Amino acid sequence: MAASTAPVPAGTDAVRSDEAPPQDLLVVPVRHWGRWIAAVAAVTALTGLIGSLANNANLHWDIVGHYLFAGLIFDGLVTTLWLTAAAMVLALGLGTLIAVMRRSTNPVLYSLATAFVWVFRGTPLLVQIIFWGYAGALYKYVMIGVPFTHITFLQADTNSLLTPAVAALLALGLNEAAYASEIIRAGIQSVDEGQTEAAYSLGMRPALTMRRIVLPQAMRVIVPPMGNESINMLKMTALVSVISAHDLMSNIQDVYAQNYQVIPLLVVASIWYLILVTLLSFPQSWLERRYGRGTAQSGRTSPLRRLLTGSASRLRVLGSGPNHQKG
Amino acid sequence: MTVTTPMVHAEGVRKHFGRLDVLKGIDLTVERGQVCCLLGPSGSGKSTFLRCINHLEKVDAGRLTVDGDLVGYRQQGSKLHELREREVARRRRDIGMVFQRFNLFPHMTALQNVMDAPVKVAGADSAQARLDAERLLDRVGLADRAGHYPAQLSGGQQQRVAIARALAMKPKLMLFDEPTSALDPELVGDVLQVMRQLAADGMTMVVVTHEIAFAREVADTAVFMDEGVVVESGPPRQVLADPEQERTRTFLSKVL
Ligand SMILES: Nc1ncnc2c1ncn2[C@@H]1O[C@H](COP(=O)(O)OP(=O)(O)O)[C@@H](O)[C@H]1O
Ligand SMILES: [Mg+2]
Repeated sequence: MAASTAPVPAGTDAVRSDEAPPQDLLVVPVRHWGRWIAAVAAVTALTGLIGSLANNANLHWDIVGHYLFAGLIFDGLVTTLWLTAAAMVLALGLGTLIAVMRRSTNPVLYSLATAFVWVFRGTPLLVQIIFWGYAGALYKYVMIGVPFTHITFLQADTNSLLTPAVAALLALGLNEAAYASEIIRAGIQSVDEGQTEAAYSLGMRPALTMRRIVLPQAMRVIVPPMGNESINMLKMTALVSVISAHDLMSNIQDVYAQNYQVIPLLVVASIWYLILVTLLSFPQSWLERRYGRGTAQSGRTSPLRRLLTGSASRLRVLGSGPNHQKG
Repeated sequence: MTVTTPMVHAEGVRKHFGRLDVLKGIDLTVERGQVCCLLGPSGSGKSTFLRCINHLEKVDAGRLTVDGDLVGYRQQGSKLHELREREVARRRRDIGMVFQRFNLFPHMTALQNVMDAPVKVAGADSAQARLDAERLLDRVGLADRAGHYPAQLSGGQQQRVAIARALAMKPKLMLFDEPTSALDPELVGDVLQVMRQLAADGMTMVVVTHEIAFAREVADTAVFMDEGVVVESGPPRQVLADPEQERTRTFLSKVL
C-alpha cells in the first residue's frame, strides 16, 4: 500500500485507481486564512464590547438582576403573552374572513374587505392604539340595537367595556388582521385551481373545499410569514404602553418613572423580549413541518432531532471523502 | 323513441368566454352504459363541454341534461330555477371526473384522497369508507400504495388513485379529460387498462382522448369536434376508420 500521508498528485487517475484505493489517502482541505483572520478580529471586538458593558457601572447589573424576576415585571410578561396570542388569533380569524371576502364575486363584500385593509394598513398602528384607547371620548355609550330606531337590546358605558387591555387587543388584532388577510390571500392564490375543481367534482361545497382542501395547502405559504408576524406582534405590544395596558413595557416604564433606572430596566425588557421571541420560533418550525406533509421537504427532521441524532449527516460526509479530494 | 332517458343529452349547447365562442351548438347523446370518446384538435372545446356536464362551467344557451335533469337548473312548469350551491354540489356527487393533471390532494395519502369525499360529503361511516377505499385501490392495482402521498407516486399511479377517488362516490357517469396525456408513454397502458375494465363493468363514460386505439376498442360512439361544433359522430369503426368529413381525416392523419 502507498504511504497514506502522500499528497495526491493532480490529475493522476491512474495512480489513484491502480496503486492506492481512494479511501486510504488523507484529505487535505483548503485552508481559508482570510476567514480565520476575520473571525479572530470579530471575536476580539465582541469580547471587548461585552467586557465594557459588563464592567460599566452605569449599567447596574445588580438592578437588572433585581428586576428580572420581579412580580410586576412578571405580571407584565403574562399580559404581553396573552395579548400577543389573542391579537394573533383575532387577526387570523378575521384575516381569513377578509381574504375570502376579497376573493368574492359579491361587490359589496369585496368592497368592504378592501376598505378594511385600506384603513387599517394605511394608518399608523400607534394612532390606532391611541384611538381605541380614547374611543370613549367619541362614543360615550355602546349600544346594540336596530339602527335609526329606538330599539336597543344592550347598552353599556364605553369606558367600562373598553378597558386599556381590550383597547390594546382591538388595536393590535384589527391592524394585524389587515396584514394577515393579505398573507392568507396570497396563500390561497398559490393553490392550484385544479384542486378546487377536483373537490367540487366530488360534490364538496365551496366552504368545505376552502376548509379541507385549499387552506391546508395554503398553510405552507402562510406559516413562514405569519411566524414573522407573530414575532413582530410580540414586540409591537410594547406600543400599547401609551395607553398603559399593563403589558411588559408599560410596567417597565412604571418602574423607571419612579426610580429613574432607565437603562437597566430597558435591559430587563430586552432580555425578556429576546427569550419570548426565541421560544416563539419553535412552534413555527413545527407548523412548517406539519403543513409540509406530502411535499419533498416533508422528510426533513426538526433541528432539535438532528442535534440529538446528529451522527448520520456526519457519517455521510466521511463516506463521501474521496470525492472531495483536491489535487 | 327509446323508453329510457339518455345519461347525457345535449341540444344546441353554447358557451362563450368573453368574445370567444368556444361551443357553437353541440348536439350529443350518451346512452346509459355506453362509452363516448371525444376527439379533436386542441382548443376545439372538448374540455369546456366536459366541464359543462358537471357544471364547472355554466352553459350560455341550449339544453344539457344528465340522467334527465337539466344541468344547473330545476324546471317547474315553464320556469327554470337556478340551482342553489347545495343542489349543484348534490348533483356533482353522481358525476365522477378525472383530470389531465390528476389533481390529487397533495396533503393527503392515497387512501385519504379516496375516502375523504365519502366521509365528508356523503356522510359515510369512516371505517366502512376505509374498507371501500382499500377495495377501490386494490381494484386499480394500488393496494400497496395506500399510505403514500401523491408526490411519492408515479404519474400513472396518481391517475389511478384519481380514478379510484372518483369511483368512491359511486357515480353513475364518469368524465375523463385526457387522462393519459400527462403520462410517460410506458405508464399509459396501466391507466387505460383500468378504464377498459370500468367500461366492461358497464360504467357510462365520456372520455376526451387522443388514444385512437383505445377509442376504437372501447368506445360505443366516437365524436369528432372542431372549433366548437361536432363535425362527425358515430360508431368508432366508421368515424375512425372511414370518416366522411375531410376535417376528421386531416386530424386522424396527424394523430395516427
Ligand atoms: N376559463 C376560460 N377563459 C377563457 N377562455 C377559455 C377558458 N377555458 C377555455 N378557454 C378557451 O376556450 C377554447 C377551448 O378550450 P378547451 O375546451 O380547453 O379546448 P380543448 O379541451 O378541446 O383543447 C380555447 O381557445 C381556450 O383558450
Ligand atoms: Mg382540453
